Amino acid sequence: MSFYQLIVNAKWESWASTLVYLPEIVLCLTIVILLLLRLPRWGSRISSLGIALVGSVIAFVLSIPFETTAEANPEAATTAQPVSLLQEETSPNPPDIEASSEETKAYKQPGDTIFSGLIVYDGLTIFFRQLLILFVVALLILMGLTGIPDRDSGADVFTLILGATVGFSLMVSSNHLLIAFLGVEMASVPSYVLAGTLKGRRIASEAALKFALYGAGAAGVMLYGMSLMAGALGSAHLPTMAENLAQLTANGVDDRQLVLFLGGLMILVGLAFKLSAFPFHFWCPDVFEGATAEVDAFLSVASKAAAIGLLLRFAIGISGVPGEPIEAPAAVAQATSTEEAKNTFDILAISQTEATSLTFAAQADQEKTKLEEKPVTDPDSSVVPIQDLIVFLIGLMAALTTTFGNLAAYGQTNIKRLMAYSTIAHAGYLMMPVAAAVALLSKDQAGAQEAVASVVVYLIAYFFMNLGVFAIIALLRNRIRSEEIEDYAGIVRESPGLVVCFGILMFSLIGLPPLAGFLGKFWIFAALWEAGLITLLFIGGLNTFFSIFYYLRVLKVMVLSPEPDHRSPAAIPIISWPGLYVAALTVPVAILLVFWEPIRVYSLWAAADLFQ
Amino acid sequence: MSSAALLSSILFFPCLGALVILFWARISPAMCQKVSLVCSGLVALATFSFLLPGLPWSFAPYEATVQHGFALDWIPSFQIYYYLGLDGISFPLVVLTAGVSFLAIAASGTIKKHAVSYYILILLLITGMLGVFLSLDLFLFYIFWEVVLLPMYFLIGIWGGPRKEYAAIKFFLYTIFGSILMLIALLMLYFASDLTDPRLEEFVKSDTIIQQTVGSQALEGIEARQADDAVQPLHTFNILALQKIGQLTDQFDEPLLWGYSLQWWAFLLLFIGFAIKLPLVPVHTWLPDAHVEAPTPISMILAGVLLKMGGYGLIRICYPICPEAAQWFAYPVAILGVIAMLYGAFAALAQWDFKRLVAYSSVSHMGYVVLGLAVCSVYAGGQVDSQAWAMGMNGAMFQMIAHGISSAGMFFCVGMLYDRVKHRQLDQFGGLFHRMPTFSGLSFGIFFASMGLPGLCGFIGEIFVLLSTWKFSAVLAIVGSLTLLLTAGYILWTLQRVYLGFEYHGPLPEKLSPATKGEISILGVLLAFAILLGIYPQSLFRYMEATVTQTADALAERLSAKEEPDEQQAQLRIDPLEAPADTKTLLVERVQP
Repeated sequence: MSFYQLIVNAKWESWASTLVYLPEIVLCLTIVILLLLRLPRWGSRISSLGIALVGSVIAFVLSIPFETTAEANPEAATTAQPVSLLQEETSPNPPDIEASSEETKAYKQPGDTIFSGLIVYDGLTIFFRQLLILFVVALLILMGLTGIPDRDSGADVFTLILGATVGFSLMVSSNHLLIAFLGVEMASVPSYVLAGTLKGRRIASEAALKFALYGAGAAGVMLYGMSLMAGALGSAHLPTMAENLAQLTANGVDDRQLVLFLGGLMILVGLAFKLSAFPFHFWCPDVFEGATAEVDAFLSVASKAAAIGLLLRFAIGISGVPGEPIEAPAAVAQATSTEEAKNTFDILAISQTEATSLTFAAQADQEKTKLEEKPVTDPDSSVVPIQDLIVFLIGLMAALTTTFGNLAAYGQTNIKRLMAYSTIAHAGYLMMPVAAAVALLSKDQAGAQEAVASVVVYLIAYFFMNLGVFAIIALLRNRIRSEEIEDYAGIVRESPGLVVCFGILMFSLIGLPPLAGFLGKFWIFAALWEAGLITLLFIGGLNTFFSIFYYLRVLKVMVLSPEPDHRSPAAIPIISWPGLYVAALTVPVAILLVFWEPIRVYSLWAAADLFQ
Repeated sequence: MSSAALLSSILFFPCLGALVILFWARISPAMCQKVSLVCSGLVALATFSFLLPGLPWSFAPYEATVQHGFALDWIPSFQIYYYLGLDGISFPLVVLTAGVSFLAIAASGTIKKHAVSYYILILLLITGMLGVFLSLDLFLFYIFWEVVLLPMYFLIGIWGGPRKEYAAIKFFLYTIFGSILMLIALLMLYFASDLTDPRLEEFVKSDTIIQQTVGSQALEGIEARQADDAVQPLHTFNILALQKIGQLTDQFDEPLLWGYSLQWWAFLLLFIGFAIKLPLVPVHTWLPDAHVEAPTPISMILAGVLLKMGGYGLIRICYPICPEAAQWFAYPVAILGVIAMLYGAFAALAQWDFKRLVAYSSVSHMGYVVLGLAVCSVYAGGQVDSQAWAMGMNGAMFQMIAHGISSAGMFFCVGMLYDRVKHRQLDQFGGLFHRMPTFSGLSFGIFFASMGLPGLCGFIGEIFVLLSTWKFSAVLAIVGSLTLLLTAGYILWTLQRVYLGFEYHGPLPEKLSPATKGEISILGVLLAFAILLGIYPQSLFRYMEATVTQTADALAERLSAKEEPDEQQAQLRIDPLEAPADTKTLLVERVQP
């Protein structure tokens, strides 16, 4: 391959990568426009909300994959004709690129990696990107309705939100630890500032500061963990790391095991902070109380979704490889890493020489595994012990998080604090299927796919539920100037429609059928059962029971308690823009179950690429 | 008219009524009641029209199979279908639901507070209850089961008595705890089930719904399995298919936890869920509170229909799907049933609150239902006696319908008195016979029906259950019969304290006006049905007998086969308790090639 060709190929790769990366680029452009508009005098006359909305809507449109049939027909993927829009974009390419071989010209299809393997572009990426950008659109509309932020700080806040979204998007699509860290930081720093949007309020500043301090600490620990893992495994590229780790375990235990364990644990700490998982949840209630309800919605949905996406990527990425059979040391010599590994620095050669033949206790697990069709990993593969460790850690953390979140929510008197604990509990629910997916890797690929799909579905339901609840909190705050639960007393008499919506959302958060929350929960429970995590299943079920009480308490105050004497009128008719906005979020929650089949198909499609 | 359209319109017609009320601007409470009455009346008419012979959709008596069954795709990739149908077990309960709901709405005239929400919720409740009895897909059943919960919570919590919030949340927590256990059992059964089992070939070929939904897939799987090819299991939520799997195969016999089989656990979880709803001692404590606080019409629905959901779940799901576990649990369940009967009766004797007394009598009466179902290990000549079991099941079913009629009537009587004199203290009544003669006469009929006086509906169910129990365990039958005595005791004592005596010496004596025409007609209708079922029980048995007997036969056959294992099965099934070891060998055999 000549040098010239190399350039051309690289160029094509970049172009193809850029094409599928357009949504993020559009978001960045919007940020730049928002910032630049403050310079000219006439800039203040243009609504920054409008620009942010237009930018994110365009980004959403671009995030719809342009070759949706590709996953059904892999052969068509290479020969597929791009749509006209993309034709224009590719026109600047030199014409002699036509001369190069077919494969190099291929457009990126779901399942490919982009930017030389740094980022994966697959169904999950597409799903998360769509979810996040759609959420930003919905959030911007809400901010337009509630009037927070005000005109002066509008551009700042929107810039931060869009910037954080780019970070989230990087997190969920990262294929490399550095990209993951970049994403985490890019998402976190704007979040710290967003928590303190309400300038001049002590509680907001405190929240922002607390968030920033905690976040910085967690990020430091995470970065340290990443460097430990990357150092021990000779790469920061996830698939390469997985291959190397599998080899390492196949060769037996060596001194790097402790380093790896520590590194993994530290990365988990960073992720747990983002997820507000027990015992790294302390920031969550304080930040939620201090920040505005709109920002809370952003933190509780978008931030959690991105964190769970990264957890999925990391947990399955590091252990979801076929692995090596433990009893065959010969295989180590000819072990091949993935194609991308060639781009990365490989220091593993040293380790292979000092390999010992200690066998790991994987055989014990052999009996547990039910032989089903097409597991990703062989039941006696060297990665099984790693998977077991991951399942144990994530499962334990999920169980503790859910239980703690639900129990701590009992004592809350502030609705935003209550919702913070509810968010913690839901983060626990979301972690459960991740454990299930990893546990199923060595048993049943279809089952693992189902488990990942359950995350997708839960997030879809969670999107509507939590945004809806926080929207109602924000709208009521504008009327009654309070976020204390007791001030909601008897509010049903003034705005019945809104309270009915709130009730539906609350019952959905509990997970009662026929509402959307049940859909997600049922699927998660199904995945847990299939993965054989019965204890976790029972804990999940029990937690559903625990959670009823505090959700119902809010509803009880709203519906059954008598109104307080002094309160500004809280009437928000359902036939008004804010009312319709809330209704638009509630209706999907109420009827999502009817449209389960298309959602199921979509979520399974989104999860499919992860196992190829 | 196709079955799909017919059953769906019956099921969702109340929702339509709810929408009308919702979008009717400035509707008056009276108008709300009229709309709901028309709506539930039409539903009741439609269900009663099934009873008339000669109509194209009439329900054929002495027919064991599902009638008007149909399945539409809902979530085919999870094998979840919108599968509705009627058979001898569900049909009487659907009719009961429609009837009691109509009467409850007719009795709702006193509800003036937030009438719009009240009627919307009660109509949604009707849809939920009908859905529970109509759905033959386990998932759909679960959805409707939960749909019932929410309106009920608000109906008790908003329109209830002084301690309504406590009662509502207690009801909610108890029931939801049961439903979470049910959900877990549901997942267990779903993931253990496999329609591609060669032993199910006949069923798969003969069942039209299975043919229509997953038939070809299942048959392919069966063929492949017979040819020893690897097949992906084909799970199912179809209740009838799950019953067949439980009765014909050993898919649910796999060991699960602590040496007990999957069906043992599934039975336990399901049983707790249904027992809470039933309610069975010791998980009955939500019932007296809920009843005392609920407004009269809601009490009628609660006692008349909601409790039957628990019994229905036992007959439809718990017992047929997990036969061996049912046998294992026969004695514990039967003893619990007898305890519930006795405890309920004793507790009723001790009450001073009229409504609480009626509530405890419900606990006592629902104990019969459990006892009737539990008598499964009656042996006659080395075989499980299916006749005795069928008798017990028939008795249990009859008892449910009879109790639905009599308890609704009793709660209505209590409600009428409370509306007038605003108290329910038994020691402050008396002498009502002079002031309200018609009402008192009708009440006597209703109370006697509940007491189990021969010639009225309560007698048949109780006597059937006790007769079948005699063959199961004479001791339990004798102890259980004591309940008859106690029931007579508290009912007669109540009648004496409330209706007899010289004069009323409680507060507000001037409010004791004679019953209105509306009230008399509600009580009259209930009493008429109580008498009809009492003197001509065949009018009910003709619809349910065939299905119940078939269920009992199938279960008895399964259990008898287990008792007398043939050569092949000998090593696989020796004792349900030793199933773990056996299935382990089976697994090893499967794995080895």
